[in-house]
Order: sequence, then structure tokens, then C-alpha cells
Amino acid sequence: MLLEVNHLKTDFKLKKGIVHAVNDVSFGIEKGEILAIVGESGSGKSVTSLSVMGLLQEPGKVVDGEILYKGEDLLKKSEKELQKIRGDQISMIFQEPMTSLNPVYRIKDQIIESIMTHMKLSRKEALARTVEMLKTVGIPSPGQRANDYPHQMSGGMRQRVMIAMALACNPELLIADEPTTALDVTIQAQILELLYSLRERFNMAVLLITHDLGVVAEAADRVIVMYCGQIMEEADVKSLFSNPMHPYTLGLLNSIPRIEDESGERLYMIKGMVPNPLHMPQGCPFSDRCDRCMERCTLEMPELKEVGGHKVRCFLYNQEAGKEADDR
Amino acid sequence: MSDTLVEIQNLSKHFTVETNFFGKPTSVLKAVEDVSFTIQKGEAFGLVGESGCGKTTLGKMLVNLYRPSSGKILYDETDLTALNEKERRKYCKDIQLIFQDPYASLNPRMTVGDIIAEPIRINHLLPEGKVEDRVIELLNCVGLAQHQRNRFPYEFSGGQRQRVGIARALAANPKLIVCDEPVSALDVSIQAQVLNLLDDLKDEFGLTYLFIAHGLNVVKHISDRVGVMYLGKMMEIAPKKELYSNALHPYTKALLSAIPLIDPTKKKERIILQGEVPSPINPPSGCRFCTRCSRVMDICHQVTPELKEIMPGHYTACHLYDEQNTSGQQ
Repeated sequence: MLLEVNHLKTDFKLKKGIVHAVNDVSFGIEKGEILAIVGESGSGKSVTSLSVMGLLQEPGKVVDGEILYKGEDLLKKSEKELQKIRGDQISMIFQEPMTSLNPVYRIKDQIIESIMTHMKLSRKEALARTVEMLKTVGIPSPGQRANDYPHQMSGGMRQRVMIAMALACNPELLIADEPTTALDVTIQAQILELLYSLRERFNMAVLLITHDLGVVAEAADRVIVMYCGQIMEEADVKSLFSNPMHPYTLGLLNSIPRIEDESGERLYMIKGMVPNPLHMPQGCPFSDRCDRCMERCTLEMPELKEVGGHKVRCFLYNQEAGKEADDR
Repeated sequence: MSDTLVEIQNLSKHFTVETNFFGKPTSVLKAVEDVSFTIQKGEAFGLVGESGCGKTTLGKMLVNLYRPSSGKILYDETDLTALNEKERRKYCKDIQLIFQDPYASLNPRMTVGDIIAEPIRINHLLPEGKVEDRVIELLNCVGLAQHQRNRFPYEFSGGQRQRVGIARALAANPKLIVCDEPVSALDVSIQAQVLNLLDDLKDEFGLTYLFIAHGLNVVKHISDRVGVMYLGKMMEIAPKKELYSNALHPYTKALLSAIPLIDPTKKKERIILQGEVPSPINPPSGCRFCTRCSRVMDICHQVTPELKEIMPGHYTACHLYDEQNTSGQQ
């Protein structure tokens, strides 16, 4: 196991109260695996990734749990030790390629900075590596484009630069937070293809954060579905899409307008909206939107249980209730 | 034809990027270039394209936020581009717009009730005493509660704000609504709610939609006919089913294949487009798509293809379907 997250809890202390943005989340990533975390806004998927990177900002704070990277707890490391790991062994690409590059430095200077921080290379060697990385991510005439400023590049190009920078030190784990959300579909296809081929080439593990189930189906090996800071379902990608178990997963899958759908019927809707994080419903967080909500769901929180190869947090699959679910 | 609501003829919009010392334009961005199509009454016409293809500019010309550089917009057989500003404004209430960003398109200092009432008041559609009732009626139409009219936009979620935007667009009893990416800023579960709402309202009020989006799957759900734009040019127009089953233009094919399938067991043959959209300030000569097209020919670099009817109702602008070329290839 390359990365193991155990019972992670991240809170945001606000004036109005405490928001449990990530609430008891556990998962692991193997070497060379692509694990996707899907969820809507406010589900805690980005906060999870920031917690792993140690990049949380006030008022966010990890209050409990452990994050084991190669067996060592990242939460116990000092900022200095973390800096050595970040950008070297674990690196991250962000959603907004427009705002995550520094506008006043040339592309090459930004990548060289990251290389020279972590590797013992001269500036000349670092420049050579920069150009090589830009070439790897498919930037045409990389030697020339390395001298560009970010504003001279398009969104897709900037995302490629971000990826080049993240990969410059051969990380073993790449955290990609909505890497294609800001991009057009044709460019999205290019970037996903690139991530996929780089994974094969460098045997790098990827934690892919996204809200787009299409991207998940396309790229991931295993999927975690999050809702209101909790894992609702975890399964490998094929079984999640062929046999979604949690009503929320099912709802998400059904509410996407599909290109292959010919019926043109009304879309399935999940009623209502994500609850206010300060006023969570008692019991299952999805209970007030769920079609199959039972009395028990509004009272207690279901556990994340292993059922038929999936991990599901739903009373429908509990042993007592399982019978009832089978009867339907 | 009497059942045509809007006919767009050779419409262009050019923005001047730079001028020389004498104010003469030296660099011009051709956002929309020579686009023609019609929208029938009661139809939802989907307009698809990547960023920078001119789809939003086109929508803004319809609602009079931009003045066209050339070409005509015939609305109910009246040429809107020939009218002066005062006369043009009379048509504004017939053509309303739903904006992409529900966070930026509502005035944060006005209550939701006032936001929805504004088009009614500006156009003097109802006496002041009846405005309130109408606002409540509209709120009910879009699935909001009437007591919410006294709240401010920040108290609403993205999906609810988009509903307010829709209610505002409906307030003036429009015939045509331009929906500019109405769901792209929303979460998946909320997208379905808003798309279904738009579908219902269309039937209820006999509306016509120009539905602008960058994703072909969203457009497919709601529209009857679809137009595909690239760099300011219309590349293909076809009825929905025809376009999705039998796309002709190489760009449309690439767009269709770029959509991730919601099924991990199916790995499809993907056409990955090389390169990026060229700058509209300096578009390629000939066909605008020639720099990225997999089936590019010599003629594509020289001659701009015309939008031609290849099959009944199915138009495409591509040299592959020129008669002399198809015979030449065989």
C-alpha cells in the first residue's frame, strides 16, 4: 500500500459552528493505481486531497486519523519534512490552470525551481529536464515554449505545464484535483489520455478528484463516492457502474444525460439538495433525499460495510434489512 | 415559411482588438463569421462548440447585448438589425436570456422578488398592484416557495439561483429564450432538475429555445435540432437523432468521440484531436478546422467550404462531401 488514510477527520471551525468537512474517511492506494474520488460540491473530496498534501488552510484542521505514506504518518511530520515530500514524492495538479501558475515567471523558471528544490542538479541540467518534461506532456516545440509566460498559453497548454511540473521529480503519487474541469471536451480527452499513458510509463499512483462520472468511467481503476464528508460507496470501477448499490450512486448515474440514450425521456432527479453542513440531518446524510429512505435511516448513521465486493454505507444492505431489500 | 420564428442570415460579429493611430482597426477578432440558420416555433435548437467558437456571442446578438457587424436576424419576419435602438428594444421582451453563471447574474442587493419583477416593471406589462401576484405565480412555476421572494440571492444555492434566473426570463412572457449554458455551473444531481424544469416549461408555455452548451450530451437531451460551431463558423446542422447517429463533419465526429462514456466496460475507438483551437484573430485560411482535421485535403487550406444540405435537413460545411470530390475519390 503506497498511501493509506485511516479515519481521517477534518473540521472547519467557523463562527456559526463546526463543519465536519471530512468525517471518518479511510482508503488506500496501491502503487500504479488510479483511485477516483467522486462527489458533488461540498462532499469533502477536495478537502481530503488537501489534507493528504498538508495544504489545508485556516480554519481547516485535521483533528483525527492518520495518513500513512509508505508506512510513515504524514500528519506527524514537520512542515520542513513535508516540503521534502511534496513536489518530490507526492505532487498535485489543481483545477484551475489559469490561477495555479505564477504569472510573472517564465514557465521554465517555475519548473526549474521545483526540480532544483528536490534534485541535485545544476541549473543547466534542470533546464534540460524541464524541456524533456514539457516534451513528455506533449507541448510542441518545448524548447521555445519553455520561455513563455503563462498568459501566452491556452488553458489546455497550462494544464500540461502543471502536469509537467508535477511530474518533474518522478512522484510516486499524483493527486489530480479536477484536472479537466476547466477544459473543453476535446482537450479533456487529450489530458486524460496523457494521464493514462504517464501512469503506464512511470507506474505512478493517481488520486483523481472529480465530479464527472464520465471521467471516472474513462480513467479510474477504483472509485470512492463521497457525500457530505463521508464515503458512501467504494468499489472497483466496472462493478460500480454495472451494479451501483447505494441509492446516491444510483441517483448520480441515472441523472446524467447520456449520449448513448435514445429514449429522450425525462431525466431521473435526485430530489432536494445537499444539506447545509452546519445542519446535517440526523442519521444518514442522504436520508432526506433518498427514495428508499426507511425510518431507521433518519435516526442512526449506517456503517460502511463490505457487501458483495463493494463497501456500502446503507441500511438497505444490512443483514436485518437485507432480507427486506431482497424481497422488493 | 410561417412557422419559422427566427431566421439568421449571414450573421457576423467582429471585435476590434487593436487600432492604429488613426483609429483604423489593425487586428480584428472574428467571433462569428457568416452564420445562417433558422429556429422553428416551439423548437429547441441546440448550439454546441468549444470555448471561443462564438456560440455565446451569437446568443448575445439575439438578445441585443451585441450589435451584429453584418447580416440579418429575422424575427417573425421583421429584420431586427435594421431597427433603431428604440424600436429594437420592443422586441427584447420577446427574446430573453438565461445566463450561465447563477452567481454573477443576479444582483446581490435586490430581493429575489424584485429581480423577477424587474422585467415586468420595465416593460410595463402589468399594473403595479398585480406584479406581486405574478411574481408568486412565476416562483411556483420554477419550483420555489412564495415566501422566498423576500430573500436575497446569497441565501440560495446554485440550483435555486438558476431557477430564479429562469423565472426572471419567463417574467416578460417571452417567445424565445436563449439559454447560455444554463447547467454547466451546477452539480450533476441539480443539472438534471434544471434540465427537466426547462423541458416542462417549454411545453407549458409553448416556448422556443436556443440552447447553448459545450457538452453534446446535455444538448442531446433537450434539443430537437443541433448546430455545431467551430471558430465562429457553423460546421454542421442536423436533427438531433441524425447528428448523433450519423455525424458527417470530422469535427462533430471528434466532439462526439471526446465525450467520456458512462460505461467503463466499453472502450471506444477515440479520435483524439491534435493541437488546439487556433486564435480567432488569425484563423487558418480555407476551412477553419483544417489545422486539426484528420481528413484534411489540399483544397481545405484554400477554399472555405459552404454549408450545404447533404441529406434532407442535414447540413454540413466540409469539402469531403463536395460532389466533385466524392466522385474524384471513388
